[in-house]
Amino acid sequence: MVEFLLNGEPLKVDVEPGTTLLEFLRERGLFSVKHGCDHGECGACSVLMDDLAVNSCLLLVNSLDGRRIETLEGLEGDKTLAKLQQEFLDTGAVQCGYCTPGMLIALTALLRQNSNPSEEQIRDALAGVLCRCTGYVKPVEAALKVSVRGGNR
Amino acid sequence: MKVIGISTVRVDGLELVKGRAVFADDMHLDKMLYLKIHRSPHAHAMVKKIDTSRAKALPGVVAVYTHEDFPERYFTTAGQGYPEPSPRDTRILEQHVRHVGDRVVLVAAESLDIAEKAVKLIEVEYEILPAIFDPEEAIDNKIVLHSVEDASGIATPKRNIAGHVEESVGEVDKAFEEAEHVFEGTYSTPYVQQCSIEPHIMLSWLDERDRLVIRTATQVPHHVRRIVAEVHDIPVRKVRVIKPRVGGAFGGKQEILGEELIAAVTLKTGRPARLEYTREEELYAARSRHPQKNTYRIAVDKDGIFQAIDMRILENSGAYGAHALTVMSVSAQKALSIYRAPNIRVIADAVYTNLFVAGAYRGYGSPQGFFGLEILVDEIADKLGIDPIELRRKNHLQLGDDVPIAKVLGEGREGFPITVDSISLSECLDIGMREIGWDELRKSGKEGVVKRGVGVAITAQGCGIAGVDMGAVFLKMNEDGSFNLLMGATDLGTGSDTAMAQIAAEALEVPVEKIIVYSSDTDLTPFDTGAYASSTTYISGGAVLKAALSAKEQILSQAKKLLDTDNVEIRDGAAVAADGRSMTYGEICTKSLYTEHQTQIMGIASHMSYLSPLPFNATFADVSVDTETGLVTVNHIVSVTDVGQVLNPPMAEGQVEGAVPQSLGMAISEHMVADKNGAPVNTDFNDYHIYSAVDMPKMTTRFAPSHEPSGPYGAKAVGEIPINVPAPAVINAIYNACGVRVRSAPISPEEILRGLNVLGS
Repeated sequence: MVEFLLNGEPLKVDVEPGTTLLEFLRERGLFSVKHGCDHGECGACSVLMDDLAVNSCLLLVNSLDGRRIETLEGLEGDKTLAKLQQEFLDTGAVQCGYCTPGMLIALTALLRQNSNPSEEQIRDALAGVLCRCTGYVKPVEAALKVSVRGGNR
Repeated sequence: MKVIGISTVRVDGLELVKGRAVFADDMHLDKMLYLKIHRSPHAHAMVKKIDTSRAKALPGVVAVYTHEDFPERYFTTAGQGYPEPSPRDTRILEQHVRHVGDRVVLVAAESLDIAEKAVKLIEVEYEILPAIFDPEEAIDNKIVLHSVEDASGIATPKRNIAGHVEESVGEVDKAFEEAEHVFEGTYSTPYVQQCSIEPHIMLSWLDERDRLVIRTATQVPHHVRRIVAEVHDIPVRKVRVIKPRVGGAFGGKQEILGEELIAAVTLKTGRPARLEYTREEELYAARSRHPQKNTYRIAVDKDGIFQAIDMRILENSGAYGAHALTVMSVSAQKALSIYRAPNIRVIADAVYTNLFVAGAYRGYGSPQGFFGLEILVDEIADKLGIDPIELRRKNHLQLGDDVPIAKVLGEGREGFPITVDSISLSECLDIGMREIGWDELRKSGKEGVVKRGVGVAITAQGCGIAGVDMGAVFLKMNEDGSFNLLMGATDLGTGSDTAMAQIAAEALEVPVEKIIVYSSDTDLTPFDTGAYASSTTYISGGAVLKAALSAKEQILSQAKKLLDTDNVEIRDGAAVAADGRSMTYGEICTKSLYTEHQTQIMGIASHMSYLSPLPFNATFADVSVDTETGLVTVNHIVSVTDVGQVLNPPMAEGQVEGAVPQSLGMAISEHMVADKNGAPVNTDFNDYHIYSAVDMPKMTTRFAPSHEPSGPYGAKAVGEIPINVPAPAVINAIYNACGVRVRSAPISPEEILRGLNVLGS
């Protein structure tokens, strides 16, 4: 039995040992969390754990006691995320969209720590999310636009 | 124009930034079975015995299938037009396995965990056979990978030749005899993988009428339907293929890589089935770029004008012949199109080996074809003492030129003549030179330990396969003046749904929001050959334009009846009569549907073309070479493209920005490696390194517009061309920086250091 907060909702769950957070979330219909590699290399499964971006494929549900987990679905009212989403749309930072939730999570985590990150800091934050469509050019551009305006205000 | 050439938010953007359930796997099906494949650990072997008893005894295992459960029927996994130009050399499950990863046993279980456990419990007895790993030893080897009775469509099965091409124009030998200079070089490109972040994923179930429904991440829904129906000997009418949003494809999903397996399980058990590739499987058991080792000879006259180009291709197709013939046909067709040499020849062989199976990958042979050509042209410039840009300017195509290779060499058959009706390649070179700082960097930065240099390469692609590709569209009007755009065109993440909506909106004089796009569902949308060969904008877009103009004609005709005058014109999405009366689209459609002169306003159109106009590109690279470590750093890439009229600037830029790092990967960091037994060495993203956000160099993307008269609103294709020549541009820049000439990819620091020692000694 493990207790944690998922998108603001307190959960008490009993799962098979070895169940990853990625499997658990998708099973619950939180499909913004994507499967890409199972090894923590591609970042498509990124979620926020206590405000940090983490790979949910590497986290066992049974290790989450007392943690706070957030996915895009739980961040509907989040102003930072909303700005990022709008800027991703306006800049053309979305192509296939498969890695987009992972990028948005990584950038939300960054902006929660630092409302005005530099391009280098943005690239570092995105380094854990692989994208094969955009060359990261427009995602970085979109994040910089949010950064200039002060991401979390 | 009001919509074309303007930035438009993607029609599928909202659901993607919200992370909504739009991809193939984003759904749960009751009683779904999870599939896993037991794959051959041997590069070449005959299956002697399969013991599935322990797997079948595992609780939760529902079905275990081997080759014995299926009739001996051969097909091609290549999703191409019909009849397919690729050999039919593949079975649903194999007895004669030809590469590490070949499919031997299929397991269906109640959970993925159980399926994974069951696969490990299967015991297969193999008779290991000697294998071929070197493509240069494949032809006439005593080991024969595909015996004649196995399959059909193989060029020369007994010689391990999957495909063969031999074409020429003019008098090639004579031109070489008479030439002032003859230059020759041999160049090779490696196995690299498409690496869509969404792996191959597919689901199937029976609908309420027991029809087979397949929801799959594919580029070719209509080919999936045809091939699955054929493999299982069921009528096409019993199969529906739905393409949801696709998480990248790049050619990798122009392949039937499991739809036939999930279909088998659903048809045999009646239950939904799901198959997803692991990243490991993606990197050794899916598809890849065909490695080529190509030799070019170029005859040059005293003025630096190319008189003849002779190209020999040795292509490694791996264990099966998917896209083998057509990829190398494109290598030659595109590489031999860009220079005006009157005498050209290609002799090409695609051979079988016991290595990774190659297939379609963005560029489809062009990156391999231009790789060697554009390095050799750089070598010629150096030897003749001509600036590499000037040498290209002297020789590249001009407006009004014929493209003789296009007529003699199509994809797997004869082609169709092309004349260049739009070209701004010269402007591409002008812009690129300026943006990269050519004149300055060409000369400076050659001192010190870290040396800097610039290089250039040029390329051409096509727009669809001439005389083969076809797209169809059904557009219907609604009473609020909106339109449903139903089409076979297959958006695989490129944004084609948006581009198609823009074309329809421009033609109908309405905002893009009024176009409701639904693409690629074999029950609900008309046919399209699929998203490949840079065809969507040009071919499918041509159909959208026709359908929209047809609907507009009908709107006008209805308006004339409703306004009771012939003096009506369409202006900004309304019908306006000469006397000042007007009707909105909504009013016209509402009356047409419900009350007066009743009819459904709808446009239906198909489009194909015997032309495949050439988009052009010039790519410039600025690199630094550390002469102590041999490490190459790409500082800046400038990619300038002639895509005719740009339909949507940020989307077009995005195509370039995404293509460039894929080619840089091939140049610098990506290479699928097999060990001496043919087993894969690098099967995850740690060991197979694709570019991340911190690897990307500075990127400058520009367009040099032209107007293609045969394209929708003057547009040409953008999806593939920017991947063709970043790699040779980098290699040419390395030469400019430090004088080391690289002729194969990926570039290794060792090779650079060896080159420097040679120079030093």
